[in-house]
Amino acid sequence: MAGQALAIAMVIAAGSATYIMSVNVYEALSETRHQYYERERFADIFANLTRAPESLAARVEAVPGVDRVQTRVVAAALIDVPDFADPVTGRLVSIPDDAEPLLNGIHLRRGRLPQPGRDDEVLVSEAFADAHGLRPGDRLSVLIKGRYRTVSLVGVALSPEFIYQIAPGRILPDFKRYGVLWMTREPLAAAYEMEEGFNDILLGLAPGADPESVMERLDLLLEPYGGLGAYAREDQISHKFLNEEFRQLRQTASLFSGIFLGVTAFLLNVVIGRLVNTQREQIAILKAFGYGNVQIGWHYVQMVLVIVLFGVLAGTGLGAWLGGGLSELYMDYYRFPFLRYRVHADTVLVATLVTGLAAVAGTLGAVRQAVRLPPAEAMRPAPPETYHTSWLERVGFRGRLDQPSRMILRHISRRPLKSTLTAAGIAMACGVMMLGTFFTDAMDEMVEIEFGLAQREDLAVSFYDPTSLRAVHELRALDGVHYVEPFRSVPVRLRVGQRSYRTSILGYRPDAVLHRALDDELQPLRLPDAGVLLTEQLAGILGVVTGDPVEAEILEGRRPRHQVEVAGVVRQYIGIGAYMSLDGLNRMMQEGHAISGAYLAVDRLQRDEIYQRLKDTPRVAATEASDARLENFYDSIAEFLLTYMGFISALSAAIVFGIVYNSARIALAERGRELASLRVLGFTRGEVSYILLGELGLLTLLAIPPGFGLGYLLSAWMVATLPHELFRIPLVLERDTYALAAAIVIAAAAISGLIVRQRVDHLDMVAVLKTRE
Amino acid sequence: MSNQLEAAATSGREAVFRVQGLTKIYLMGEVQVHALRGIDLEFYEGEMTALLGPSGSGKSTLLNIIGGLDTPTAGRVWYRGADLTAASEKALTEYRRQHVGFVFQFYNLIPSLTARENVSVVTEIATDPMSAQEALALVGLSARLDHFPAQLSGGEQQRVAIARAIAKNPAVLLCDEPTGALDSTTGVVVLEALERVNRELGTTTALITHNAGISAMADRIIRLADGHIAETVRNPVRKSAHEIHW
Repeated sequence: MAGQALAIAMVIAAGSATYIMSVNVYEALSETRHQYYERERFADIFANLTRAPESLAARVEAVPGVDRVQTRVVAAALIDVPDFADPVTGRLVSIPDDAEPLLNGIHLRRGRLPQPGRDDEVLVSEAFADAHGLRPGDRLSVLIKGRYRTVSLVGVALSPEFIYQIAPGRILPDFKRYGVLWMTREPLAAAYEMEEGFNDILLGLAPGADPESVMERLDLLLEPYGGLGAYAREDQISHKFLNEEFRQLRQTASLFSGIFLGVTAFLLNVVIGRLVNTQREQIAILKAFGYGNVQIGWHYVQMVLVIVLFGVLAGTGLGAWLGGGLSELYMDYYRFPFLRYRVHADTVLVATLVTGLAAVAGTLGAVRQAVRLPPAEAMRPAPPETYHTSWLERVGFRGRLDQPSRMILRHISRRPLKSTLTAAGIAMACGVMMLGTFFTDAMDEMVEIEFGLAQREDLAVSFYDPTSLRAVHELRALDGVHYVEPFRSVPVRLRVGQRSYRTSILGYRPDAVLHRALDDELQPLRLPDAGVLLTEQLAGILGVVTGDPVEAEILEGRRPRHQVEVAGVVRQYIGIGAYMSLDGLNRMMQEGHAISGAYLAVDRLQRDEIYQRLKDTPRVAATEASDARLENFYDSIAEFLLTYMGFISALSAAIVFGIVYNSARIALAERGRELASLRVLGFTRGEVSYILLGELGLLTLLAIPPGFGLGYLLSAWMVATLPHELFRIPLVLERDTYALAAAIVIAAAAISGLIVRQRVDHLDMVAVLKTRE
Repeated sequence: MSNQLEAAATSGREAVFRVQGLTKIYLMGEVQVHALRGIDLEFYEGEMTALLGPSGSGKSTLLNIIGGLDTPTAGRVWYRGADLTAASEKALTEYRRQHVGFVFQFYNLIPSLTARENVSVVTEIATDPMSAQEALALVGLSARLDHFPAQLSGGEQQRVAIARAIAKNPAVLLCDEPTGALDSTTGVVVLEALERVNRELGTTTALITHNAGISAMADRIIRLADGHIAETVRNPVRKSAHEIHW
């Protein structure tokens, strides 16, 4: 019994560990974020503008519902990191000269704050510092207002604004190529001609204030100063990303918890039911001694509860440990100063209740069957069980089978329900395992389509301001540049009725070959002269289909508003946005032939030289390399998902092992006598094992194809229930996912089979001669 | 094998098994149980021997060791000159497979196989078997070939078990209380089957019973008590099975 109890406990442990890990990681991250926001006074409303006098702050503060106001100077910069050729962009953010920021507080990790008035001292964000191994005392060269300035790094800091440190307009973090620098207000304002002024404002709201009306008032106040439109926390880039990730994490957690607890409960019910069935004789003896049905039931329930308790305890330990590890992994990407990770008691309670109830239900069902038999009858020699020829033999296999194989077939077909349940359990575990590895395939597919078919450029160069097409010729003249394709990118708010979404429209040429939008056949979409293409997600968010009108409110320049028609829907797995023809976009902007950047195909060997030339070009605001993007994709999104799914796969393997081992042990208990008789008749250990394990082997093999089907359905369900605003997961299952799931199922089955085989080797032949069933 | 058997049957006195100083001590918890206390004995070719004795006298232990199912604590057993007590587990399996037929008190048929298939289980792995039909005909079950155990009476099930035991043409047939679970009338039919096998095939037969009446059909009666041979009696005339009642 010890081995079986252990295997059942293992199934319970695996199921509850998955649940406890998933739920607690989510809870930890969202609780940590909440506390961090409170502690560092994360702003509620944000706005950027061209320049406003500091005196405006008092008028903003007077707006009803505003609790506090923090004005800042914020600027884009290029950073030159020693020994790092790739172009690095940065964000310079001012901190008050001699006071704590009222909003978006700075948490100093190392070093000290810059001294007031010093124009050569900066704080850097921890993610950036860690990526480059920067320490207080190191020096950096920063391009500020067209002039390189050497600054000294005096401290490393965190801010609730940059928990997810990501460059504006990007969808993946790149800690190496994007960093945040904090400088005191006075020197930064001086460099950008912002003395007595500001270009960025943060608002903290009083409790109960209505953010919409505050934003409306704020927009009115900032309008004369080039305000780009206020936005709430929900649209703040780091917060928004975290929301998306947390939402996905929560859904993944509940999805997997549901699947795992469900499968565990099912298996427990089946396995424990069969286990109690093998105890029929003991139950009869207990009844003969005068034990009542309730007492007997309670005895088995107690036994099972001990196993459940043991399993849940182990699962809690394992889940807490894995969850802790997973949270730490997240902490590399979400920059929190602390982590509030704890195991919530209610998760343990839920795991205990679900597994406990399933186990008790299975136990009581089996006990009820066992006690129904009068004790005398149960102790009399049982009549041989009734068998019939199996349907396989009836359709013509009869002559070709040896007796052991015949026994296997008849055994399976005699109890079709039991055989089906065993196979169903194995199929479920196989399906869940596929779900674990499916993500690898999906990630690869996303990369292949996005970076192999849609965005094929080696480099993307963007300029500070819209530039004339001449820049394209200049880029083409650089050594090592093979091909240049211009683009125009314009920040925009798209509106349809009450729905709106802030994004940007990317304009490119209809004959583009490097960077283009694809249709759902993965063919380049024909770019209409007028009209806009929307990614599927964006069309969904706005609730539009091809042919519908959309209002586009441009968020730069003269900020025109236009009605445009949705000309098509783009199949895009990574990112969200809108596309237009370059000419069409420029016509809408009424700005002539302007471009905001270009996609380049370059000679990889000459890349560092190209980077250097680009760094020396004042117009160039940023350069993004496609391989860095790929690396970031795998480092961020893929790493979490794959680690998480790795845990899921391992736990599924534990479940397969648990179910096959238990089925084998129960089969051994049910048929030990028969097998020992055959040993007496001269069957070898191997031949006898074949009869016992052949049945399980056959059931395992039969379970794999439906397991594949189940895995596919689960993956499809996962894709459908896990919408991420910025990522769409394609439903692709490669052959290796099927192969791996099958291999693990077979390996887990084989290992449990080998362990049971040990017991077959020690069947007591002597006992068989004397005892009846 | 069958040539050897014929040769042995004509000579009549060749020992199939030689048992010397056979001792078996079981450890039941902390209590030592002396099942056999140094037994010396021989079984002869073609002979039917009854092992008679009360429960716990050691007769089953003796049969198990001879049948290659158990190993003694001390002493030796030779089967046709081969030392069974020194044989490996693998050799013992092969020995049971080719040379020994077992009949159990509780039949131990495979419930999922028909009468014919229960016999085939053994004939498929033996080197020189008779056909399953032949074996079942010998025990009078030609009409029940395709019945499953659940469709057969206790006596019929035991006759299937005898057919299964003899189908491999074993050198020795070991029967442990073959009628123990049967009523007298049915039991006699089973004994007739054993008698016929012994007579027609010349199979050396050892028959455990605690029923003195049954022992009348044997050539020789070995009475065991408390792990010793208490008495060996040779029946001058074997009673035929249908004359036996209990």
